[in-house]
Amino acid sequence: MCILHCNGCGEWLHPPGPVCPGCLSRDLAPRQVSGFATVETYTINHQAWLAGPAMPYVIAIVSLDDCPSVRLTTNLIDCDPADVRIGDRVRVVFEQHHDVWLPLFVHI
Amino acid sequence: MPVMPERSAVISGIGLSAIGRRLDRSGLNLALDAVLGALADAGLERSDIDGVATGSGYAVAPGASPVSTMDLKEALGLELNWYSGASDSTQMSALISATMAVASGQARHVVIFRAVTEASARRQCVEDHVASRVDGWLQWLAPFNAPSAANWIAMAATRYFREFGATREQLAQVALNGRRNAALTADAAYRVPLTMEEYLTSRMISTPLCLFDCDVPIDGAVAMVVSHVDAARDLRVPAIHIESIAGPLYGRDTWDQQHDLSRFAGADAAKRLWSRTDLRPKDVDVAQLYDGFSFLPVIWLEDMGFCGRGEGAAFVEHGTRIALDGELPLNTSGGQLSFGRLHGMGLIHEACVQLRNVGGARQVPDDPSVALVTNGGGPVASAVLLVRH
Repeated sequence: MCILHCNGCGEWLHPPGPVCPGCLSRDLAPRQVSGFATVETYTINHQAWLAGPAMPYVIAIVSLDDCPSVRLTTNLIDCDPADVRIGDRVRVVFEQHHDVWLPLFVHI
Repeated sequence: MPVMPERSAVISGIGLSAIGRRLDRSGLNLALDAVLGALADAGLERSDIDGVATGSGYAVAPGASPVSTMDLKEALGLELNWYSGASDSTQMSALISATMAVASGQARHVVIFRAVTEASARRQCVEDHVASRVDGWLQWLAPFNAPSAANWIAMAATRYFREFGATREQLAQVALNGRRNAALTADAAYRVPLTMEEYLTSRMISTPLCLFDCDVPIDGAVAMVVSHVDAARDLRVPAIHIESIAGPLYGRDTWDQQHDLSRFAGADAAKRLWSRTDLRPKDVDVAQLYDGFSFLPVIWLEDMGFCGRGEGAAFVEHGTRIALDGELPLNTSGGQLSFGRLHGMGLIHEACVQLRNVGGARQVPDDPSVALVTNGGGPVASAVLLVRH
C-alpha cells in the first residue's frame, strides 16, 4: 500500500493532489506504508444504496499506523459486524476490480 | 463592534409551494408557486426584483436542484442586475450571497429559492445510479458502498456515542420533537404521531441511525425575498433583519478527513457568527438547526454554545427543553425529519414564520424576536441570526 508523500516537508497527502497544501511543494511521490491500521469509527450498513453487496456490511474509517493523519473510508471484511469496535487493529487486503485494487481491511 | 454589512439586508417576503411525497409537478412549477408567493407576501411586483440566487449544495443528488437561476429568470421575464447559482454552493449560500448583493448595492430586491423533486426522482434513482466509474471525492467512498450521507454521519454518531455515552433514546428525542411539531403544521410531509417504541423498532439504515433519524426527500419549493433595508420601509409584513451571517470553510472537504471524527464544521460557523454580533446563545428564542439527520442538531447545540461539548444528547433528553414551550424550541415546523428536506432553506422560512408570530398551532409563545438557523452538517456549515425589531 502506498500513500502520497511530500518530499518537501514530510507531510502525507490523502486524497492525493498535485501540490502539498502544507508547504506548496510539488515534489510528491507515493511511499509504501505497512498497511496496519486502527478502526477510528464504523457503521453497520443495512440499506441497499447500490446494487451488489450482501447486507449488512461494515463501513469503517481507519487511520494508518505510518501516517495517522491519513484516514481511509473502507470496508471491514471477514468479520461478524456485531464484533467490530472502535480501536480494533486491522490490516489492508486488496480486492481487484478490473484495473482498480480496492483497499479493504481485515482484523489482525 | 462595527455595524456589520449584513444588517442592511432584510427578509421582506416568504413563500412556500405545496410540499409532499411525489407531487408529479415540475420543479419549475413548484418554484414559481413559492416565488410568486414570496413576492405577494412582500407586496412587491416582479419588476421590483433585480436579483436571483439559488443554491444546490455540493453533493447534488437527482432532483436536488432541478431549477436554475436562469430557468426562473426566463419563466418570469425578469431583468436582473445580479444573480448567483454556483454549483458548489452550500445550503445557505443563496441567502449569504443575496445578503451581500443588497448590502453592496448590486441589487435591491433579490429572490432566493430552492426547489426539489427528490421524492419523484427517487423512483428512477436505483436503476439509473449504477455507474461503473466515479470521480471526484466520491471515488473514495462509493467503491466501499458508502455513497450516502447516512453512512458518513452514522460513523460520526458511532464515535460520538462511544466518546460521550449517548444513546439512541436520546437521539430519538430530536425525531419525536420534529414529528410533534409537524403534526401542528399543515404543510408538513409526515404528520402522523411517532412514538418512542416505533422509533426504537424501526428499520436500521446505518447503525446507529434508523429510518426516523434520516430526513425526508420531498417535492416542493421555498422562496424568500431579500431586500435592502431602505427598500423595505413600507412592507405589509414585519421585516426580518439579518443580524449576523456566516459560512466559513476551514476544514477538510470530506467527513473522513475531519480533525475530530465526532463533530463537523459547525464550530467554525458558530465562532464566526457570534463574532459578528453582541447577541449570545441565551438571547435566542427559537432555533432551527439543520436536521438532515437527527444527530446533527445535537452537535449544533454544542457548537453553537447552548451546552458544552458532549452535552448535546443530554440537552435533548426527554424532549422538554426543545419543545415548543421549552427553553429552546427546536425545528418548530417539524424540521427536515418530518416537514421534509428543503436543504436548509425551509428552516430559514420557518424562522421567519416564528419571528412574525404567525405559526398558528405551532407558534412559540412569548413573541419570539431572535431566531438562529443553521445549515449543513459535515465539511460545510453556515448559520444566520435573524431578528425582528
